[in-house]
Amino acid sequence: MSDAPATPAKKTNRIGLELAQYRGSKTTLCAGCGHNAITERIIDAFYEMGVDAKKVIKLSGIGCSSKSPAYFMSQAHGFNSVHGRMPSVATGALLANKTMLAIGVSGDGDTGAIGAGQFMHTMRRNLPLIYIVEDNGCYGLTKGQFSPTADQGSKAKNGVVNELPPLDLCALAIELGATFVARSFSGDKKQLLSVLKAAIAHKGTALIDVISPCVTFNDHEGSTKSYAYVKDHDDILGEVTFIPYFEDLTVDYEAGGTTNVKMHDGSHLYLRKIAEDYNPSDKMAALKLLHETALRGEFATGVFYVQPDAEDFLTSLNTVDTPLAFLTQDQVRPPKAVLDQLMEGLK
Amino acid sequence: MSVVNDFTIQVATVNGSGSNTANLVLLRSIFQMGVPVSGKNLFPSNIAGLPTWFTIRANHRGYIARKKEIDLLVAMNAETAREDVLSLEPGCTVVYDEPLKLSALRDDLAFFPVPYDKIVAEVCPDAKLRKLVKNMIYDGVLAFLLSIDLAEMEKALDKQLGKKPKAMALNWGALQAGHKYASEHFKPSEKYKVERLNKTAGKILVEGNAAAAMGCLFGGVTVVAWYPITPSSSLPETVISYLRKYRMDPKTGKATFAVVQAEDEIAAIGMVIGASWAGGRAMTSTSGPGVSLMSEFSGLAYYAEVPAVVFNVQRVGPSTGLPTRTAQADILSTAVNSHGDTKHPLLLPGSVEECYEMAMASFDLSERLQTIVYVMSDLDLGMNMWMSNAFTYPTKAIDRGKVLDEAKVRELGASWGRYKDVDGDGIPWRSLPDTKAPAYFTRGSGHNEMAAYSERPEDYKNNLDRLARKFETAKSLVPQPVVDVVTGAKVGIIGYGSSDFAIQESRDQLREQHGLTTSYLRLRAYPFTAELDDFIRRHERVYLVEQNRDAQMLSLILIDGDRTESAKIRSVLHYSGMPIDARSVTDGILAKERA
Repeated sequence: MSDAPATPAKKTNRIGLELAQYRGSKTTLCAGCGHNAITERIIDAFYEMGVDAKKVIKLSGIGCSSKSPAYFMSQAHGFNSVHGRMPSVATGALLANKTMLAIGVSGDGDTGAIGAGQFMHTMRRNLPLIYIVEDNGCYGLTKGQFSPTADQGSKAKNGVVNELPPLDLCALAIELGATFVARSFSGDKKQLLSVLKAAIAHKGTALIDVISPCVTFNDHEGSTKSYAYVKDHDDILGEVTFIPYFEDLTVDYEAGGTTNVKMHDGSHLYLRKIAEDYNPSDKMAALKLLHETALRGEFATGVFYVQPDAEDFLTSLNTVDTPLAFLTQDQVRPPKAVLDQLMEGLK
Repeated sequence: MSVVNDFTIQVATVNGSGSNTANLVLLRSIFQMGVPVSGKNLFPSNIAGLPTWFTIRANHRGYIARKKEIDLLVAMNAETAREDVLSLEPGCTVVYDEPLKLSALRDDLAFFPVPYDKIVAEVCPDAKLRKLVKNMIYDGVLAFLLSIDLAEMEKALDKQLGKKPKAMALNWGALQAGHKYASEHFKPSEKYKVERLNKTAGKILVEGNAAAAMGCLFGGVTVVAWYPITPSSSLPETVISYLRKYRMDPKTGKATFAVVQAEDEIAAIGMVIGASWAGGRAMTSTSGPGVSLMSEFSGLAYYAEVPAVVFNVQRVGPSTGLPTRTAQADILSTAVNSHGDTKHPLLLPGSVEECYEMAMASFDLSERLQTIVYVMSDLDLGMNMWMSNAFTYPTKAIDRGKVLDEAKVRELGASWGRYKDVDGDGIPWRSLPDTKAPAYFTRGSGHNEMAAYSERPEDYKNNLDRLARKFETAKSLVPQPVVDVVTGAKVGIIGYGSSDFAIQESRDQLREQHGLTTSYLRLRAYPFTAELDDFIRRHERVYLVEQNRDAQMLSLILIDGDRTESAKIRSVLHYSGMPIDARSVTDGILAKERA
C-alpha cells in the first residue's frame, strides 16, 4: 500500500474545466481598479455556468474598460475594436455566427458619449449580447475628464465640477428595448456574480451598468463614483439569486416578497424585496424606480427589468441553423440556371 | 440627309411624373430592333417637381457613352422647355406638348406639336391616372416618327408591365393613340430613322448596381449591412431582392444570408468587419460621404487584417455635393482611407459586366488578402442603363483565403502566430471563432506576430513592413489592366472606370477625324502592376483621362509608380458632374497635342 498522500482532485465545473482555464492575460489596469474586480466576476460567472469558452466571443470598444476582454477567457476569440463601435462589430460577428455567446465590454464614455448611437440601436434590436458598461464616470486613459454618466455636481480630481446631468444608461436601455437591464457595483461580488450569470442565461440584449470606481482619477472626496460614495449611496434593491437550470436547488423565499423570473434557458432568477409588488417585466415600474432613486441622490442596484421571452434580433432574421460563416459554396452560390434566368430577363 | 440608327433622344420631364416606364419602353424597343443603345437618367436630388432629363443614345457602331449633342427633344416640362429648345443645334427635331407653343421660338428646327391632354382624356377615363399614362403617348409618336416597330414597343411594354394587365392595357392604349395621332398629323421623320440591325443579339440591358448585386449573389455574400445613400442604395436593395428570391434554403425555407439596415455607415462597416472576422462573407455599399465615415474602421480592417468588401458608388463631392451627379473623385481618399500608414486595394469596374465580375472577385480578394477592398463604381455606371454581353457563370471556386483548418493547425502547431508570415507573401493565417483552431485577440492597437499587445518599435515596424509585402502580393491577385498597344502609336491613353466607353469612342474620333493613332491602357485595380510603368515608358506622350478636378489617379501613380516615367503624363479632366463623353476626351487630348 502506498502511503503517499492522495492528490486532491482539482475543482472543475460541469464541463470539467478548472477556473484557471477561464482566465486571460495579466491585467495592465491600475491596482484596485473596479474593472479588475468585474473581470474576476466574469471569469467566475462563465466558470460557474460551465460555458465553453470556444463558444464565446468577447468584444470591446476603446478605453480602460475595453482593454479588459484580454484579461479573461484566453480561449475565446476577442476583438478590441474602435471607440464607441463595439455594438456594430458584435452585431456583425453574431450575424456570421448566431450560435456564439457574445460578451461586449464598454465604458461610460465608450457607450454614453461616442458610442451613444450604436448603443441605442443595439438595444432597439434586442441583439443577444451581454453588454457590460464598466462605469466610472470619467475617461481614465486620457487622465480623468468627465464622461456623460458623471453626476451633476460631482467633482473631478483637478477640482472642476460637472455641470451637466448624467445619462442613465439603464433607463435608456429599458426605454430603447433591451430585455435584461441591471445595475451593479464592482465591489458587490455576490450581486454582480448573480447578475452576470442571469445575463448569460438570457437570450436578448442584457445591459449591465456596473459602477466601477477609477482609483486613479475618480476616487476622491467630492466624486460621486468613488468607492466611499458608492458604498454609502448604493440602494441595493434586494438580493439577486440566480439558480441555473442545471442546478437542482430550490430557494426558500417569502411569498410576496420575491419575484421568480423564469429565464429563457429554464434557469430561475429570484429578485427579493425590490418593492411590495414590483414587476420586473413592467417598463414603467422600472423607469419610475430608477427615476426616484436618482432623485434621492442614490442609485439603485439589482435587476430592474427582464423580458425573458421577447424575440431576439438573430431569431427574427430566420437564418439557417448552420452559422452563415460555415456555409458551403453550394449553399451560397446559386446554380447556373439562376444566372441564365436573370440574363433572360434582361435581354 | 437621313441618319439611320445614330441619334440621341432627350426626354425632358418633371421628376416624379412617371416617365420612367415610357423611357425604358422606348430604349428597349430600339434595343430589340438590334440597334445598340444606352440610357442615361439625369435627375435632380428631389422626390418630385424638379426637372429631369432622360437621354437615349442609339448608335449603329455600338458607342454607348454619353453624346453631348441632342438630336431629338421630347419637351414635356413647361419649366425647362424654352431653355431646352434654345440650346439645340440647328436641324434638330422637337416633339412637344402643344400648349407650350414652342415652334415660335426658332425656325431652324423641325417641330411636332402633340395635344397630350386631349389624347389622354380619350384613352384614360380615370383623371388621376392621366399624368402617368400621358407619357406613353410620346412613345407612340416617336415610334411613328422614327419608324420603330410597334410590335417591339408592345413587347417592351409587356416586359415592364406584363404582370399588371390593367396598367398594361391602359398604357398600350395610350401608346397606340399617340401613334395614331402622329400618323394622322405628321409624316415620318426624313432625318432620323431606326432600322433593324443585328447588333444586340445575346446582349442585355442592365444598370451597374444591379450587375454588382448579381456579383454579390454569385460571389456568395452572407452578410449585408448598409445605410441608404444615393447613388448606392439600389445596389444593396437589389442584392436583398435577389437574396430573398434565390438564397432561401429549399429544405427549411430559411435564409442563407443576413441583412441589416444599419443606423449609419459607421455601424454598417463595423458590422461588415465583425461579420468577416467571424467568418462571414460580408459587404456594404455606400458613396463618398459614407466612405468618409468609414475611415476609422477602414484603418482597423487594414491593420487588424480583417476582410471587408465596400462598394463606393461615387457621386459628386465634396460634402453633399451633387448627390445625383457622377464623378470619379474619391480615388485618392478611398485608396488611403484612414489615418496612419494605410492603403487599400481598389477595383475599378469599367462596365456593368465588370461590376458583376469585380463584385464577385472582391470577396475572394478581400478574404485572400485579409483586408478591406473597395469596388469603385460611380453613379453613371451604377444607376444608368448599359448594354452589355450577358454575364457568364463563375468557373473559379469561392476562395475563403488562409483560414486555419484542422490540418493546418496540426502542421503549424504551437508555432502559429496570427500575424506571422509563414509563406513569404505577407499574408498570415487567421483562425475563426467556433472552430478547432486556437483563438487570438484582435486589436487595432500595436501587436506582435503572436497578436499580443506590443509597443515595441521592432514589432510595430515588422508588422508594417509585412503589410507592405502583403500589398505587393496584392499586385499578383488584382485584375490586370487591359492594354491595347498599337504599333507605331506615340500617344498612349490611360483611363479607368466609367470613362472607358467615351475613351474607346474618342480613339476612333482621333484616328478617323484627326489622324492620331493611340494606344490605350485601362486600369482595373490599385495597386498598379508592372504593365502600367511599361505602358508609360513605351509612349512618347501619355494622357490620363479622369472624372475629377485634381487628377487623383495621377497622384496615386506618382506616389506608387515609376516617378521619372510618370512625369510625362498629362491629364484630361472632366468634372462637371455629367457623364464623360467622347468629344470632351478628344478635344482635351487635341488641345494638349497642339499646345
